[in-house]
Amino acid sequence: MSVVSLPTVLRIAANVFKESVRDKVLYSIVLFAVLIISASLLLGQLTAGQEVKIIKDLGLSAISLFGHFIAIFIGIGLVSKEVERRSIYALLAKPMSRTELLLGKFFGLVATLAVNVAVMTAALVVVLAVYAWLTPADLRASWESSATDPAIVVVAGMILAELAVVTAIAILFSTFTSPVLAAAFTVGLVIAGQFGADLKNFEQVVESAPVAWMARGLYYVLPNLAPFDVKSQYVHAQSIPAGYVALTTGYAALYVAALLTLAALFFSRRDFK
Amino acid sequence: MTGRLSALPAFAVAAVLGAAAVAAQIQRDRSFHTDQPAEQVLYLQSPEVARRLALSYDLLAADVYWIRALQVFGGARKATEQDRNYALLYPMLDMATGLDPYFNIAYRFGAIFLSEPKPGGPGRPDLAEKLLIKGLQAQPTKWQYMQDIGFVRFWAMRDYKGAAEWFEKGSKVPGAAWFLKPLAATTLAQGGHRSASRTLFRILAETGENDWIQKDAARRLRQLDAMDTLDELRRVLGSYRQRGGAMPVTWESLARAGYLRGIPVDPDGFVYSLGPWSGDVGLGDGSTLAPLPKEPPPSSVAPAAGS
Repeated sequence: MSVVSLPTVLRIAANVFKESVRDKVLYSIVLFAVLIISASLLLGQLTAGQEVKIIKDLGLSAISLFGHFIAIFIGIGLVSKEVERRSIYALLAKPMSRTELLLGKFFGLVATLAVNVAVMTAALVVVLAVYAWLTPADLRASWESSATDPAIVVVAGMILAELAVVTAIAILFSTFTSPVLAAAFTVGLVIAGQFGADLKNFEQVVESAPVAWMARGLYYVLPNLAPFDVKSQYVHAQSIPAGYVALTTGYAALYVAALLTLAALFFSRRDFK
Repeated sequence: MTGRLSALPAFAVAAVLGAAAVAAQIQRDRSFHTDQPAEQVLYLQSPEVARRLALSYDLLAADVYWIRALQVFGGARKATEQDRNYALLYPMLDMATGLDPYFNIAYRFGAIFLSEPKPGGPGRPDLAEKLLIKGLQAQPTKWQYMQDIGFVRFWAMRDYKGAAEWFEKGSKVPGAAWFLKPLAATTLAQGGHRSASRTLFRILAETGENDWIQKDAARRLRQLDAMDTLDELRRVLGSYRQRGGAMPVTWESLARAGYLRGIPVDPDGFVYSLGPWSGDVGLGDGSTLAPLPKEPPPSSVAPAAGS
């Protein structure tokens, strides 16, 4: 296996980021801003005293949802588009390894997602701050958590870590199967990733020990995405322990590394003739 | 021919076709009444299933159920008595709190909604208590829920002993509001006396942690004021009759005879009703204070402290 050149990876990543901007991926930010601002205007009419909670719920869910769409559908296209357009031949003829190409694609999309998540979070904070500013102090005092609670940075970071895992899954599948199948497999794994706790405790619902072991094995093998969701703790002003964040982020980094290693393996053996 | 369409004519044609589609829809709705609102249906019955289906968007799903619960409550409140239906209120609140077990307001407002007496409200204080106990399972030290169960017991169930026990239980939680301990004592000593209710709701109106809860307590205080005024009006009418006042009686005739200073209105500005022959008085039509809570018979009320 050749040594990976960091400058090469970064150059590819920069190109992927520029391509995402050209493909108007960041337009999702505008859509998000419109969604959040209109929601905050409408919610006052629909809810009773829970506007801030609902703006937070809606905003964070939208950040996560937009991010998942980008990670899955752009992530799959990163490799398959090059193959379809046959530009993969020109790329592979350049002085770079397939692993560098794959890593560059991954980091480029993660950078796009990071910008997306950061700008959307900033927009959400602005809307919440304006809402807080327009609300009388006695009403503000009754809010469960402050509108401008800095813990939102932790939530956004955890969403980004989850999206990095999802991007790596999408890239892995796109290295050895068609885009449609890769999308189906990625969506399937993302959904399965939310049921980690059920797999872990499967022995509580089945009698068969082998099935329970298999479920326990799947719990460790499949991506466990539910722990990245700390929206509830933020919205309800509960603490998010630093150790928890560190371990979950560490898990994401290691899992991504494992997925990208497999992706590099499959990609290196793929015959494009 | 290049096959490329000109922008302006294409937009114009699209706009005309779109407008025609809207016109067709309006005509169809008018002719066939297809725009009737769908009957309220709860597609998912289990909060656990809903939580799994919502993936990591369970908080948002909880918000949706909460907004639907508000719509059920608001819609039923506005409906006529025969069309009033609260059947989905508790299931919606159960879903909202199942999806987000820390949904503070859904427990607290939900309990207020459920304990609203019939015919205006669902009249289900038992479900209100069940909802709050569910909240306590998620947050066992939430003294506010214990306080709310106390209020439900006191106001809707007229169970003063039970109410006092819950206030007492809440007062023992570290960090609980100072007033819970004396509230427990007042509730136990004064039971169904209006003065005890007044104490309870004055505390809540002044210290309620949410604007909506404060407003609800203020409304209940106005209901108590209206009940005091109605007692006074009954006394005036009794005196009028004893002195041989002419029937039918109206507020105007009582005012002219010097029994009243003017037409009596409730704290929300609605004229009290008066049966011209029966002399029955009550809240006027459309009063926002209706229905007034039922009070226990005097024999069942504990003697007020100091009386």
